[in-house]
Amino acid sequence: MAGEVESGALTALIRVQRGGASQPVFVLDISVAVPSGITILFGPSGSGKSTLLDCVAGLLRPTVGRIAVGDRVLFDSSGGVNLPPQQRRVAYVFQSLALFPRMSVEENVAYGLADTPEARRGERVDLILAAFRVAHLRSRKPGEISGGEQQRVALARSLVTLPQVLLLDEPLSRLDAELKASIVEDLRAWNQTQRIPILYVTHSRDEVDALAQRVIAIEHGRVIGQGHPREVLDAPRRTRLALAAGFENLLDATVVSLREADGVMSARLAETAVEIEVPLSYATPGDRVRIAVRAGDIMLATQHPSGLSARNVLEGQIESMEHRGTLIAVHVNCRSAVLMSHVTPGALRSLELSTGKTVWVVLKTHSCHLVSD
Amino acid sequence: MEALFLSVRLALCVSAILFAIGMPLAYWLAYSRWRGKFLVESVVALPLVLPPTVLGFYLLVAMGPRGPLGKLWQALFGHGLAFTFTGLIVASVLYSLPFAVQPLVASFEGVDRKLLDASAVLGASALRTFRRVVFPMSIPGVLTALVLSFAHTLGEFGVVLMVGGNLPGITRTVSIDIYDHVQSLEYADANRMAVILLVFSFAVLSVVYGVNRRVGRRVWATWPAR
Repeated sequence: MAGEVESGALTALIRVQRGGASQPVFVLDISVAVPSGITILFGPSGSGKSTLLDCVAGLLRPTVGRIAVGDRVLFDSSGGVNLPPQQRRVAYVFQSLALFPRMSVEENVAYGLADTPEARRGERVDLILAAFRVAHLRSRKPGEISGGEQQRVALARSLVTLPQVLLLDEPLSRLDAELKASIVEDLRAWNQTQRIPILYVTHSRDEVDALAQRVIAIEHGRVIGQGHPREVLDAPRRTRLALAAGFENLLDATVVSLREADGVMSARLAETAVEIEVPLSYATPGDRVRIAVRAGDIMLATQHPSGLSARNVLEGQIESMEHRGTLIAVHVNCRSAVLMSHVTPGALRSLELSTGKTVWVVLKTHSCHLVSD
Repeated sequence: MEALFLSVRLALCVSAILFAIGMPLAYWLAYSRWRGKFLVESVVALPLVLPPTVLGFYLLVAMGPRGPLGKLWQALFGHGLAFTFTGLIVASVLYSLPFAVQPLVASFEGVDRKLLDASAVLGASALRTFRRVVFPMSIPGVLTALVLSFAHTLGEFGVVLMVGGNLPGITRTVSIDIYDHVQSLEYADANRMAVILLVFSFAVLSVVYGVNRRVGRRVWATWPAR
């Protein structure tokens, strides 16, 4: 690659508001710091992810705030700085990719190098086409190549300009897992030499796990968690984030008793007599709490299990079963509390699960996460 | 035949001028976020609904020796604007403006905004974005605009009659010529010209609809019903 780039962290402290002065509607009210490497921007649709990206790229002007890359200020409402997109050195790959349909792959990639001398331009285009394995497609039009190839071309087109920040808006959402992984590997390899912040928007939990380095979770235009994906997404503190992060079971409950010494408390599920043990949190008996549990964290047994470390074993009947691709969602009614468990087709066959059958639901204390709205 | 050549010459001049002024105007109409834009859109579309005599009347007043346009022209070039070929061009440009602008606006608006954003992020100026991205994707609209400007100018009657009068070789266009022949009961002569216009107009519209069909997208999308 032409020269190594090491750019500073992307910092954005911005507020975007719509509507009049009397009734402002906040679209985004956010403070983020993105170091070099891949950072996932995670949140449900409509949470403000694309708005943040548009502000960083200069396509949307924040109401107030400051955006900088290292020491270079891109936007500062108090200093009157607002660089146009052309001068920001921010690359942006849209969900739709936005490849120019009338231009060849090569022309697309060379588009951002208008100011580069002819000879150097060719050299850089060749290098980036090779790095993203699309050199053989150079004279084709975007409409004549596959989705994965278009993806690689869009990345090459953005990165050939040696940007200081890369923004990716769900760029891989339409690709299958294998193709996605190979493109991400190429992006990672490129990022080894060009140490720039990459902000990667997704609402797919799979992509978070595949890319996992850092995640910023946003909801309703606010940051609700940032750090390692396991810390942020595996212990969700918000209901909507829990749903988005794949916590299929959201149970309302009332705290019954606390056992501080053991670091646990018991809670009775709403409108049932079922009590389960959950991790201790700031609560007093009588408090209403909401518990999030992944369907994949719930085990099923056809006999009463013994000798288990899991503290919650509930007897119930299978209410219904749904096939979802290669997994089966089993709904179990435990004395009117309905829990969803994911099992594999193999487990379904060997346990001979069927509707109405009596099963025991096994739930570890630490698979129960307390969330708030 | 003199009238036909005059009409063709007029139509060519008008198309060329409309190409030059229609492009930036259409670009502005397609992309401006100004709230009052609809007012400009209405002004551009006026010739579609106004009787040509109304437009022609006001143009005649403006171009006359006491009108602002006429006075300006007199001061600059030493002669009036009404009843001249130049005056006809000015009037025709205004009269055919929507026919040039609307297909252009429709095709500019048809270009995916994300492509414009992508171009800006890749460092391209608005002009370069237009030249490299918007214009190449709007060729059918540009062709439609040119062809319609030409055909509409060729066929105009009311405005020409009001502003140009009927001076052979200067302002006597083909439609005026036909009118004259009919007035003098020279039906054979009138028919000769009328057939030429009819065949030509049909050919032009076939080309326009053919192009639209081939493109698969109506560049005429915002075309008002007449």
